[in-house]
Amino acid sequence: MRRKRVGSALFLAVMLVMLYLPVAVVVLYSFNANTSRFTFAFTGFSTQYYQGLLHDTKGLVSALMTSLELAAYSCGLSLVIGTLGALGLAGAQMRGKGAVETLSLLPVMIPEIILGFALMAVFTFAGVKNDMVKLVIAHVTFCVPYIYLVVKARLTGMDPSLNEAARDLGAGPVRAFFSVTLPLILPGVLSGTLLAFAMSLDDFVISFFVSDTTVTLPLKIYSSVKTGVSLQVNALCSVMLATVAIAVALSKLLSRKKEPGEMKNEE
Amino acid sequence: MKGNRRGALLGLPMTLWTAVFVGIVLLYLLALSFFTPTGEGYGVQPGFTLENYRRLLSPAYLQVLGKSLLLAFYTTLICLGLGYPFGYCMARAGRRWRGILMLLVIVPFWTNALVRIYGWKILLMGNGPVNDLLMALHLTDKPLKLLNTYGAVLLGMVYALIPFMILPVYSSVEKMDWSLVAAARDMGAGPMRAFVTVTLPLTAPGAMAGVVLTFVPAIGLFFISDLLGGATDMYVGNLVRDQMLKAKDLPFAAAVSVVLLILTLLILRLYRRFGGDSGDMTLF
Repeated sequence: MRRKRVGSALFLAVMLVMLYLPVAVVVLYSFNANTSRFTFAFTGFSTQYYQGLLHDTKGLVSALMTSLELAAYSCGLSLVIGTLGALGLAGAQMRGKGAVETLSLLPVMIPEIILGFALMAVFTFAGVKNDMVKLVIAHVTFCVPYIYLVVKARLTGMDPSLNEAARDLGAGPVRAFFSVTLPLILPGVLSGTLLAFAMSLDDFVISFFVSDTTVTLPLKIYSSVKTGVSLQVNALCSVMLATVAIAVALSKLLSRKKEPGEMKNEE
Repeated sequence: MKGNRRGALLGLPMTLWTAVFVGIVLLYLLALSFFTPTGEGYGVQPGFTLENYRRLLSPAYLQVLGKSLLLAFYTTLICLGLGYPFGYCMARAGRRWRGILMLLVIVPFWTNALVRIYGWKILLMGNGPVNDLLMALHLTDKPLKLLNTYGAVLLGMVYALIPFMILPVYSSVEKMDWSLVAAARDMGAGPMRAFVTVTLPLTAPGAMAGVVLTFVPAIGLFFISDLLGGATDMYVGNLVRDQMLKAKDLPFAAAVSVVLLILTLLILRLYRRFGGDSGDMTLF
């Protein structure tokens, strides 16, 4: 029994090391003093790439800003469309509901390249030229399913009698929604939106097909990884990773503090 | 009845968005695959021809398709071989550890996918850390060619997709009723037999969801073979991209996409037929 535990711990550890190895290398090399474009040999510690980043000499920071702007628009729109969709479709028994649901989930079920190419072809046909409009349409299309799924899961777990109780006590449908349903689904709405935000920020394939000249961060990283890389890419990614790690740590700390209170509510 | 009408109204934005940007877009893709390119820019001549599909049947393109499917198959197989035990061990760990392990699996995937692949590129380079280590250990005299190989592409694919195997397996093992295994053991089954006759069938839905979630995206990923495989090998993803960007032949690229789409829908259909629940595929 004991040997089995050690074996499984060892396996998990080896796999995790493999999972983190490339990430660690990216962070380590962001401090490289070597400036050669062709060899990456680690020659010493330096923060030169971070300084370069501050002055945005390679356009990486402006690409990040474009990506953040795009993610904000897309998630804002998807948040409304997906949440309303879940509220409308989850409970209702109507014709065509299954078809709408299947079709709306397709963007995250099929290889990204299909949606990317198909959207590009339609935009070419329709003569849509504005890159940001094209990108937002594409991103909303694959962000809505994430929000819809998470909110729907939250709604199915909800006790419908709560809403009925509010109505019995004299609350109108709008009031019942804002004081009962919304607070209950809010965590789902937030985590779905966060997930959609991460997906939008990370998307490469679909943006690659849809965008003409607008450069999002993943597109910028792709082109700089293909043609001689500047280690500024590493520096930027290290900063982003640190930001995410701190955000996760903070949210864990906050939720831990809240836990005892939640337990009381459940009892 | 009234509730249904309100539901339809609330669902209207999503219904419309889906109808236009998924429904009509995919229908246009299908129509486009029967058109003819005019040869000027992205120009197309509407009509009905099967020429694009006929071209796809030529041995060169069939080989590209076959190679992509084979790569996706190997990727899925390795993901299953490593991801199943990983998800299993993770779900069997102590309560405290489970949360930590889950976080550890997810966090690397919050950095950009390209950057992680680029991390492997640095590691595998001729003068990169892996070769340095191999030489320091005297396992090899001169640097090995690790980058721009099939192995490197496979490694990158597995690396990018393995969380999609780990997470559904983990959730199916975690919600399993372990008293069933205990019962099997009480009745005299050895640990191996109990695993094969009880644990495996009960966790199969998770593994099956994992297989679909790794296989389907694996067919279309083109940037991994681009970055780790050099430009030596052509996969379906690269084909669609090149037909669009270099040859500017939209109808042919559409035909390739339609074939991919039909293949994907068949896989999803099979998955449902064999009792797969799409609920198992929602990871989050």
